[in-house]
Amino acid sequence: MSGSVSGAATNTNPAPAGAQASSPMVEAIAVSKSFGSNEVLKSISLNVRRGEVMCVIGPSGSGKSTFLRCINHLERIDAGRLYVDGQLVGYRQKGDKLYELKPGEAALQRRDIGMVFQHFNLFPHMTALENVTEAPMRVKGLRKQDAVAHGRELLARVGLGNHASHYPSQLSGGQQQRVAIARALAMEPKLMLFDEPTSALDPELVGEVLDVMRGLAESGMTMVVVTHEMGFAREVGDSLVFMDGGVIVEAGDPRQVLTNPQHERTKAFLSKVL
Amino acid sequence: MSDSRSSGEAGGTPSASPGVPMASVPAQRPEAIRAVKLRHPWRIAIAVILIVLLVLFVLDAAQRKAFGWPDVAKYLFDIRISQAALITLELTVYSMIIGIILGLILAVMRLSPNPVLKAVAWLYLWIFRGTPVYVQLVFWGLITLIYNTFVIGIPFVHTWAVIPITWVPPLFFISVVGLSLNEAAYMAEIVRAGLLSVDPGQEEAAKALGMSWWQTMRRVVIPQSMRVIIPPTGNEVISMLKTTTLVAAVPFTLDLFGRSRDISAETFTPIPLLIVASLWYLFFTSILMVGQYFLEKRFSRGTGRGRPAVGVADAGVNASGAVAGVGIDIGGKG
Repeated sequence: MSGSVSGAATNTNPAPAGAQASSPMVEAIAVSKSFGSNEVLKSISLNVRRGEVMCVIGPSGSGKSTFLRCINHLERIDAGRLYVDGQLVGYRQKGDKLYELKPGEAALQRRDIGMVFQHFNLFPHMTALENVTEAPMRVKGLRKQDAVAHGRELLARVGLGNHASHYPSQLSGGQQQRVAIARALAMEPKLMLFDEPTSALDPELVGEVLDVMRGLAESGMTMVVVTHEMGFAREVGDSLVFMDGGVIVEAGDPRQVLTNPQHERTKAFLSKVL
Repeated sequence: MSDSRSSGEAGGTPSASPGVPMASVPAQRPEAIRAVKLRHPWRIAIAVILIVLLVLFVLDAAQRKAFGWPDVAKYLFDIRISQAALITLELTVYSMIIGIILGLILAVMRLSPNPVLKAVAWLYLWIFRGTPVYVQLVFWGLITLIYNTFVIGIPFVHTWAVIPITWVPPLFFISVVGLSLNEAAYMAEIVRAGLLSVDPGQEEAAKALGMSWWQTMRRVVIPQSMRVIIPPTGNEVISMLKTTTLVAAVPFTLDLFGRSRDISAETFTPIPLLIVASLWYLFFTSILMVGQYFLEKRFSRGTGRGRPAVGVADAGVNASGAVAGVGIDIGGKG
């Protein structure tokens, strides 16, 4: 079950040096995860190519957010293998034995994976600019002037160049989410994860966030987007995955899946949300 | 119908926004209500009775010999008393600083994923919160009797050397140790509540950015928890100021209460000196209460309400910004 769809023409960014351009950015092989006796992910397998925008849809509780959180090791997987950029997530393999990563090593993996949350999770005691410069300065050890210059650039990119000194409480939901995107981009990630980025927004503010995400997709960023925005999935997505009950029910080209779903469960879900 | 509607509108929002189209009734200000105010005769009656009783008490107290008012006046600004007041302040400040730092460490230990640290912190809290501070202070006073030798060797098997401990710690030092170790247990609970009050999403966001656990604590969680930690810490300072009287158990007698007891033992005027000590304690706690009032006002800003107006939010955030500095300082010392 592969989410990759041939024919999508967004793979414009050159692969980073050292990594093979052909290897997938995310490779999940039979990933499983349980919370207690509740099996949330049941053997999920998929690939996300470099430069691909994959949208993940499904009813709440289908495991889509959990899968996203597994990709940057905010959740530990119980079975299967998960690779990001050819690197095993959360573990180190020596022979046929797996060793858990130390917290510092796990943090090192995470800094290359940007994540945007449903509830933004901006740091409320820092300005927009400080939110964006915090991690580059503390984690990457960037000098303040470099981090600030880059941070201002990123804020301008998400259309908030004039709001650098605003605190999150002074920004609208849409503006906060755009700052959150800039904050994630500040670490220059090779992969961006979006966990229902527009679900907590007023309907009139959804568009501005989707616009930023669309621009990001056009720049060639590899993105995995858990969303309920079918329009976005159709226009921007290179591939679409429909999850339910912890399994991938259907995957393929978003235009095909959305207009002509093959599976009964997909049909039932889409008839309710479209 | 249209009448009741216009009056309702005027009562709710006097300055109805002009953009909202109203019914054709012009928005004119209705006449203000001039009703006879509800009277509260019992409030006045009780107040009069209480004032009379208070005046009687004051007049009576002024002429009672045992209060020794001339002595109160004589000793209130006695150099020995003001020096002792300074020592009480020193006891309070040192004990609180050490208590806060240890409390922060204990709270972080309790919340850490390490079960050993968790257990150690729990054991500490169990002992220090489970025994009276007076008893603890007596114990600390006797510490030199318990630990008078330092033994080098394999326990129960072989002893290489027994070194007698000749250093006798000053009683002031012992008092600070006793008070601060007890205070740390209470501060730990306050800090823990503060740390838990921060939205878990904050920690997650920091983690997702690749920040380490300690960076997350120091830069994200601790600064935000200050809003919850500061007000009860003010309470603890006031409480500590009064608890310092218990250092008599060590026995350390150079604090405000101990010194006034010593003086009265010579002059046989215990009551005036108790009043003198009480006035000094009241003076200090009053100052602390005023400080606490402003701190609480500052830190309750923007909580439990909707999105504040921009100006207010600015000030509120500046407050928490300033607190971020406090958090870092504490973290750095810890």
